[in-house]
Amino acid sequence: MKSNLSESTFERWFYAANAVILIVVALICLFPFYYVFVVSFASPEEVRQGGLLLFPKTWTLDAYRYLLSTNTFLKATGVSAFLAVVGTFCSLLITSMLSYGLSRKRLKGRRPMMLMILLTTLFNPGIIPGYLVVRDLGMINSIWSLIIPVLTSGWYVLLMKGFFDSIPASLEEAALIDGSNEIGVWLRIILPLSLPSLAAFGLFYAVGYWNTFFTAVLYINTPDKWPLQILLQNLLIDSSTAMGAVSDSSLQDVPSQSKKMAAIIVSTVPILLVYPFLQKHFAKGAMVGSVKE
Amino acid sequence: MTTLRTLKRDLFLYLLVLPGLLFFLVFKIIPMWGIVISFKDYSPYLGLWKSDWVGFAHFDRLFSNPDFIIILRNTLAINVLSLLFFFPLPIVLSLMMNELRNKWFKGSVQSIIYLPHFLSWVVIAGISLIMLSESEGIINHLLAAAGYGRIDFLTNPDYFWGLLTLQSIWKEVGWGTVIFLAAIAGVDVQLFEAAKLDGAGKLRQIWHVTLPAIRNVIIILLILRIGHIMDVGFEQVYLMMNGAVSEVAEVFDTYVYRTGILQGQFSFSTAVGLFKSVVGLVLVILANRLSKKFGEEGMY
Repeated sequence: MKSNLSESTFERWFYAANAVILIVVALICLFPFYYVFVVSFASPEEVRQGGLLLFPKTWTLDAYRYLLSTNTFLKATGVSAFLAVVGTFCSLLITSMLSYGLSRKRLKGRRPMMLMILLTTLFNPGIIPGYLVVRDLGMINSIWSLIIPVLTSGWYVLLMKGFFDSIPASLEEAALIDGSNEIGVWLRIILPLSLPSLAAFGLFYAVGYWNTFFTAVLYINTPDKWPLQILLQNLLIDSSTAMGAVSDSSLQDVPSQSKKMAAIIVSTVPILLVYPFLQKHFAKGAMVGSVKE
Repeated sequence: MTTLRTLKRDLFLYLLVLPGLLFFLVFKIIPMWGIVISFKDYSPYLGLWKSDWVGFAHFDRLFSNPDFIIILRNTLAINVLSLLFFFPLPIVLSLMMNELRNKWFKGSVQSIIYLPHFLSWVVIAGISLIMLSESEGIINHLLAAAGYGRIDFLTNPDYFWGLLTLQSIWKEVGWGTVIFLAAIAGVDVQLFEAAKLDGAGKLRQIWHVTLPAIRNVIIILLILRIGHIMDVGFEQVYLMMNGAVSEVAEVFDTYVYRTGILQGQFSFSTAVGLFKSVVGLVLVILANRLSKKFGEEGMY
């Protein structure tokens, strides 16, 4: 009896300590967001003097007003939005088509196709050979170089194929007997069934395209085609050196911390907006997968 | 005749996979074949076919270059730090989150700690630079206010590897719990009840039931991680690098970028990349063998 009691006190402490630690972890994750948010509304003087910690004395929209009035920023946002919308659509299309086809047993030559895709997940030839292919295709400095070379990956195809594997072939056969043709089956049965899973993949693609940076470092060399992340790099990281490349003269002076923070907020808000919406689909997609088995 | 008929019947399927296969062929397989230029003296004017073969000359140049030791040291140091301090954290965190009894609380913690994963490295580097700046950063303002000296976090080579490790932890540890939580959710509840009946306390249940249940996932992730021991995220290092820390910051990918894309030494930089990839591949295979030897499932 006594040992039982001490164990339950131990457990109570265990649960309490556990919860407290996790709250601290969550706060550590949140604090930079909060700090960025607060500074973006503060006056630059207050930040410079170091008075600001948790709450600014005066709130101002100056940084945002300034940012949204500069052409360069709006243009780069437009490029990234284009990538996120068009790129995600193309990626979902090509990935779902390929993985669905590979999941159907009546497709001849599945094995060599699968082997080829597995091979690409095992061995990565490096940056330069891929760069040379893109260059030889004449895609350097084209906005499509930020989409086409990264349309899909072996991992994505294997993952999505795993999902399509769970759709039984008997389902299509029934529809085919009912007089639908193959394209009708694909459009009316397979795609609606896989919508939650496609939404989850879409989240990852969209965020990936919105955050496009590395491919732009490689392939884009004129500021008018910069995606948002490259502009942010100039603004946040080498604001004193590289801004000379920006034709928009208003951005050429070293931006204040408030302007930098406002740029971070504006570039992050789209991610925050889709996050909860797609999280719901993400959970649903996982559930659909488990119910099927 | 029958093959023709099945071909005709399944024509739609072949049309579906065609664009995807073409993509893999052009952007994944042709580059693999493109590594032959690391054994040639590639010149853009002559093209791939007419460029001269040079054997292992580029590899000789790499291994005899004093830069090589520095790059190897930096790459390994950053990855060893990550293996020691980053790798265990998602496991610990997911074990802790699994003990949360309030569903709403657990969901909120998940939503919050997954979030940094979706930020770009540009944003994270930008926030780091602002918060850690010697003259204007909040951390140094606090240090100064508390009577300590200001610290040059961003330009002191001694802090660079630690800084990268902390950034990676902040960005990815929360997201790293996803896979472990999924594995834990698959554990049969009866096992916990049986352990409880046998008198196992909370910690013993975690040690004897939860951990063994996710052991295979841990091992697979470890194998994959070891295969990436030569990789350091290009974007993170590229963005955090500055003149003061370049000696400790240059890693294989930034070196390939500098010598290849910026200086146009395509053959040499391909050789550097190939060396890195081959070492990674060999390590994955070795780690996989080793785990099988110790009676684990491995991944291939």
